[in-house]
Amino acid sequence: MLDACDHRSEDTLRVEDPPLLTGAGAFIDDLGTPPGTLHAAILRAPHAHALIEGIDVGEALTLPGVSAVLTGDDVRRLSRPLMVGVKAPIEAWPLAVGKVRYAGEPVAVVVAESRYVAEDALDLIHVSYRRLPPVMDPERALADDAPALHERLDSNLASERHFRYGDPEAAFARAAHEVAITVRYPRNAVTPIETYGVVAQYDPHEDAYDVLANFQGPFSIHAVLSRALDVPGNRLRLRTPPDSGGSFGIKQGVFPYIVLMALAARVAGAPVKWIEDRLEHLTASVSATNRVATLRAAVEADGRVTALDLDQIEDVGACLRAPEPATLYRMHGNYTGAYAIPNLAIRNRLVMTNKTPTGLNRGFGGPQMYFALERLMRRIALELGLDPLDVIRRNLIPADAFPYTTASGAQYDSGDYQTAVATALEDGGYAALLERREAARAEGRLYGIGLAAVVEPSVSNMGYLSTALTPEERAKAGPKNGAQAAATIDLDPTGAVSVQLDSVPQGQGHRTVAARLVADILGIDPNTVRVIAEFDTAKDAWSIAAGNYSSRFAAASVGAVKIAAERLRDRLARIAATQLNAPAEAVVFEDGRIFAEGNPDNAVPFARVASASHWAPGTLPDGMAEAIRETAFWTPPELAAPTPEDGINSSLCHAFIFDFCGIEIDRTTGQVHVDRYVTMHDCGRVLHAGMVEGQIRGAYANAIGATFYEEYAYGDDGAFLAGTFADYPVPTAMEVSDPLILHIETPSPVTPTGAKGVGEGNCMSTPVCLANGVADALGSEADLVLPLSPARLMPLIGGEEPQPPAGAAPRPEPASGGRTLTGSGSAQVAASPQDVWEMLLDPQTLKSIIPGCHAVEEVAPHIFRADVTLGVGPVKGRYIARVALRDLDPPNSVLLEGEVNGALGTGGGTGHVTLTPAEGGTTLAYRYEAEVGGKVASVGGRLLDGAAKIVIGQFFEALGRQAGGAKPGLLARLFGGRS
Amino acid sequence: MKPAPFDYLRADDISAALSALHDAGEDARVLAGGQSLGAMLNMRLAKPSLLIDIMHIEALGAIREEKAALVIPACVTQEALLRRSDLHPLLAKALPWTGHVQTRARGTVCGSIAHADPSAELPLCLALLGGEVSIRSRRKRRTVQAADFFRGMMLTDLRPGEMIEAVRIPLARKNQRFAFTEIGRRHGDFAIVAVAAMREGDTLRLTVGGVNDTPAIREWATLDTADIPDALNDLAWSLDARDDLHATARYRRDLMRNLGRIVIEEVSS
Amino acid sequence: MTTLAATETHTVRVRLNGRAVEGRATPRMLLTDFLRHELHATGTHVGCEHGVCGACTIRIDGALARSCLAYAVQVDGATIETVESLAPERGRLSVLQTAFQRHHALQCGFCTAGILMSLDTLLGAEPDAGEDRIREVLAGHLCRCTGYQPIIRAALDAAARLREGDADA
Ligand SMILES: Cc1cc2nc3c(=O)[nH]c(=O)nc-3n(C[C@@H](O)[C@H](O)[C@H](O)COP(=O)(O)OP(=O)(O)OC[C@H]3O[C@@H](n4cnc5c(N)ncnc54)[C@H](O)[C@@H]3O)c2cc1C
Ligand code: FES
Ligand code: FES
Repeated sequence: MLDACDHRSEDTLRVEDPPLLTGAGAFIDDLGTPPGTLHAAILRAPHAHALIEGIDVGEALTLPGVSAVLTGDDVRRLSRPLMVGVKAPIEAWPLAVGKVRYAGEPVAVVVAESRYVAEDALDLIHVSYRRLPPVMDPERALADDAPALHERLDSNLASERHFRYGDPEAAFARAAHEVAITVRYPRNAVTPIETYGVVAQYDPHEDAYDVLANFQGPFSIHAVLSRALDVPGNRLRLRTPPDSGGSFGIKQGVFPYIVLMALAARVAGAPVKWIEDRLEHLTASVSATNRVATLRAAVEADGRVTALDLDQIEDVGACLRAPEPATLYRMHGNYTGAYAIPNLAIRNRLVMTNKTPTGLNRGFGGPQMYFALERLMRRIALELGLDPLDVIRRNLIPADAFPYTTASGAQYDSGDYQTAVATALEDGGYAALLERREAARAEGRLYGIGLAAVVEPSVSNMGYLSTALTPEERAKAGPKNGAQAAATIDLDPTGAVSVQLDSVPQGQGHRTVAARLVADILGIDPNTVRVIAEFDTAKDAWSIAAGNYSSRFAAASVGAVKIAAERLRDRLARIAATQLNAPAEAVVFEDGRIFAEGNPDNAVPFARVASASHWAPGTLPDGMAEAIRETAFWTPPELAAPTPEDGINSSLCHAFIFDFCGIEIDRTTGQVHVDRYVTMHDCGRVLHAGMVEGQIRGAYANAIGATFYEEYAYGDDGAFLAGTFADYPVPTAMEVSDPLILHIETPSPVTPTGAKGVGEGNCMSTPVCLANGVADALGSEADLVLPLSPARLMPLIGGEEPQPPAGAAPRPEPASGGRTLTGSGSAQVAASPQDVWEMLLDPQTLKSIIPGCHAVEEVAPHIFRADVTLGVGPVKGRYIARVALRDLDPPNSVLLEGEVNGALGTGGGTGHVTLTPAEGGTTLAYRYEAEVGGKVASVGGRLLDGAAKIVIGQFFEALGRQAGGAKPGLLARLFGGRS
Repeated sequence: MKPAPFDYLRADDISAALSALHDAGEDARVLAGGQSLGAMLNMRLAKPSLLIDIMHIEALGAIREEKAALVIPACVTQEALLRRSDLHPLLAKALPWTGHVQTRARGTVCGSIAHADPSAELPLCLALLGGEVSIRSRRKRRTVQAADFFRGMMLTDLRPGEMIEAVRIPLARKNQRFAFTEIGRRHGDFAIVAVAAMREGDTLRLTVGGVNDTPAIREWATLDTADIPDALNDLAWSLDARDDLHATARYRRDLMRNLGRIVIEEVSS
Repeated sequence: MTTLAATETHTVRVRLNGRAVEGRATPRMLLTDFLRHELHATGTHVGCEHGVCGACTIRIDGALARSCLAYAVQVDGATIETVESLAPERGRLSVLQTAFQRHHALQCGFCTAGILMSLDTLLGAEPDAGEDRIREVLAGHLCRCTGYQPIIRAALDAAARLREGDADA
């Protein structure tokens, strides 16, 4: 299908840019809303795992300006659970029904006249929770005694599948060596700078929803949505705004909020708008899956790998939410990477933990997979005493093997990996880099070189997900496959050309590329072609694959545009042929004119021919359909359903990337400096050089973030810890270096333009390339866990830490992870132990000594409920505290167990108090351990330690004072309601 | 992420600010550059009932020199001070680490002191230099030494009804040498560990930020080169280094040892 | 000098991009919301509402400011410039904007308004700013799409053209 027409447009300026540069973009929050639109805010769970025992929305509803409050009961009444991609009794709702399973899970939606008032009302909703133990670690979640997240499933295993291709057992039995690695890949996400947004309307007369959302596809989700809303697909009109502020897969995750806001609009009887805030986004939008993968390789003496064995535990979070398990199965055909490895065994387990449900994220599945595979390749080299570069080269698929079918069924369309590697080494200065490393090491510096070879798949087969089902389940459900792309081209009565895309661009310049392509085919000025990128399921041509993911634009959407444009051109050629008295085959389109080959002087204007079907349909050649609108659908025949043997061509095209880097670790700070980074891409035909470079640079910067900075971190208690851009450190211009980008081109034989995807590759190749460089610099094959923060690297550089000075009091090492707040102290009190004891049990005394206390009541013997204001500096909140006294040993010791709940978050802990008689009174000693969750844990991590220390210190200080002892607390007056 | 309701008063002069502060008591907050308070309000971590905007008080707008000290009143932004990098060598070294151009353009010097973040650069400098905080309430003025002003994480000696009128920083003397460095996750982030050093004759003074709840100060009358590693190791172990999301206690101690050496070498060379 | 009550809306008058305009705001209304939803100047974007991402960066009385960390009532009487002020006239682009387009210094364009304001301010105050200085100023902004290098190139290119007095790029 490749033709002579070269659609490259090296220096085209993007049509998208002028409005975006002048502030005239049209992002979802920039657009006007229907009259009477109300605004939503979402109450979110402070706990990772808890039963909802009751929700009191009464006070919230009485707040002026509040129209409605939606809770789990409404959602259950008005909708159905979100479809789940495997056969397991898992109920996924867009809002907690009866139980919360991750910190930040929506619990209620307030609809009010403004976002401000809606947030005021959130503070007035009272939820009572019964906390359950959370499960945070995917391996722990599989243990027999782990608490199960979903009642109807007795474990946290959502699905387990074993795959076997070739004869892995025999290969392992024969192999000279076996090399293994276990890799823990963390959670991260290429958080776009624009957050989610939804504007929803409900028409009760037609029982129809109309939703505008910055959703990015895949539009297979439309079926999930209409099913959840319990309407046929034609009663859910889903539109996207003209501009979207980046997605990187993440905006797929807006879909549960589409259901939620559609229901809110229905309940409130008015259009409802919701713009997610950054705290909500970081806490509860989607991220990459975290994964524990153990890889074993059967290796020949020369480093050739004959078999791979993968054992993967994929943590999808609190429930399996569509389109998961996409992250695990998207790469199913690619688990042998760029290598000719004929035998493969895979065990895949999908596990649920008390974290936010996962979803698409740039590279999805690739970063996890290649981090393991390319770390393994390096380890093979080291264990066998070989050069890592040789091990890669020896295993690469030979150039003459294309099209190449991998063990698990992917058809690699084209490539010349050897040439790509050789060119990269040559043009990227590999030899010089080796010398540079030598020189640096001679000076005692920590310099390392890393490598990675990666196959980047694009244009997902909509059938790959069904690989998660057994062949029998698949047979029952019917085959799923293909990747329908659609495009429509219109000729209007003035002969002007419009193009409608199905690719929902998020800044990738699709309009520019499509205009250029159509203009080339029709011989007109690209500036006269208008491309409409906003999407409307009610009026546009589309299918389930539509959307912006798996780099499908250049290969698939552009392909559909090309087909539509060529069909129109052929028809216009026939119309023109009659006017030009020439055969249609000889008609030429050039410079806005149409003429017969060799006779450019006798031309008709393009517009006249293009408008002819409107004004003079009677003049069209006999039997010819009008040339007004052409819609082309294109699905590659190569994308077949999984075979009964579980072979799957999971993607259509396969680009190749070979990266190498030189990095240096600073011995004094543990910081990594990327000295040189070379990335070689073979992404088939390059359609727009500037935009391809932009994709590579963007993915590279995202990868720098994933490698060194970013993690969606959780505490062991399930609290989410990275709720701000201060705690989730997206790299800035100071942290991102400038990679050298190289290309070779082996055009794809299976896409209409010869192009392959390019947007995700560096998210797959760069983290592991850099990690390999770090390992090389450290001279250690220690397991490296991302992000490679200086705090993690420092112990690997410096070895043992210098001992504390002799005679220094040993400092208690706080629990790792820094989540548990611990402390201890003592006070001298001028009262007898018995007097102190009685004070501790008396509500009135407690009221006067608990910092910021408004009231205390004893709700049961030795159980107290207090209403307190707590704070540090300007940070203040009101809480309800419950304190129980246990293990009473009057008047010697007591254990205090407490829990506080408030809008800012929750806390729980225990304190052990001992009273010992001393000179003139009592020595009161205490030790405590506390955990804090909710908003304050996500955004104010640094504050907590100090706060706990101060508040608890104050309590005991006040106790001492009350007993007539120590001097009044210096700090007490800065606190709470009392001064 | 929208703030809870608050009343707003734009004070034209300091007495107006002080009487409003007096009347509203603890529920009022001074609003200076808003670079720290704004985020806390938006996240509803802070819910004051009244904000008193002091940024229009002209009398508090200009840096001046007074009795061998630099007086920096409450409305002076960090950027304005940075633009006068001739005024003090340590401030010229430390201020570029405080946030970004865009936050320094509004964030004030006194606001940073009042906010008392344990990782902030300005409190560290004030402590190293032995600066003072000039505090005013409706009826009273008082001056507090930097070392006594910082009481804990985001806690200061300020009482309800009081505000900072200015900070005073002794001018650098010829025989003093200064150094500053820090490590944060990213450029412009709060420091994981920040260290500042001053040498005057044989006396060496070091302050460490980001570890304890307030700037930690050490002074050595003399410190032989050979003793530096042990002195820094003692220091590292004597402070309250803890684990958090961004760094471990061990890493903080490593940084105290390593960055400490760098700044000491810089002021000693 | 009166206290503006939390529960009421108050008139806020500003000079926005050269024009005197006014709108209503309660004291707690963020300046971002005031600009975007009251004055309908939606070019300024919101990415975090806590001062880190830089998308909302504007100029207040000539100085850079995060508009998410300011309240509308604070700017009553102030002069405000946003991205909408940068082009010399409708349908044309400034030297810096043109350089952005030429160097593909934007993709989704969501972060761009704030970045343009910072760089425009920098190049106005320091025409000779070099790469290091540009990087430092740019570090006050997060961009997920571009990897930053194209932005730095665009800024250097614009600086060079501005120094040559090439107002039309
Ligand atoms: C992205 C970003 C990065 C940052 N990075 C750093 C950094 O690296 N290092 C650093 O030190 N800071 C950093 N900051 C915070 C710094 O910019 C703030 O400017 C500073 O902490 C507070 O100054 P302000 O004038 O903005 O005060 P505000 O935010 O207005 O006030 C802060 C607190 O101080 C009180 N206050 C202010 N002025 C007075 C006064 N005169 N009297 C009494 N109380 C007063 C307020 O009531 C409030 O409680 C950063 C901020 C942002 C947004
Ligand atoms: S929205 Fe203001 S800095 Fe992010
Ligand atoms: S261009 Fe998309 S975030 Fe910068």
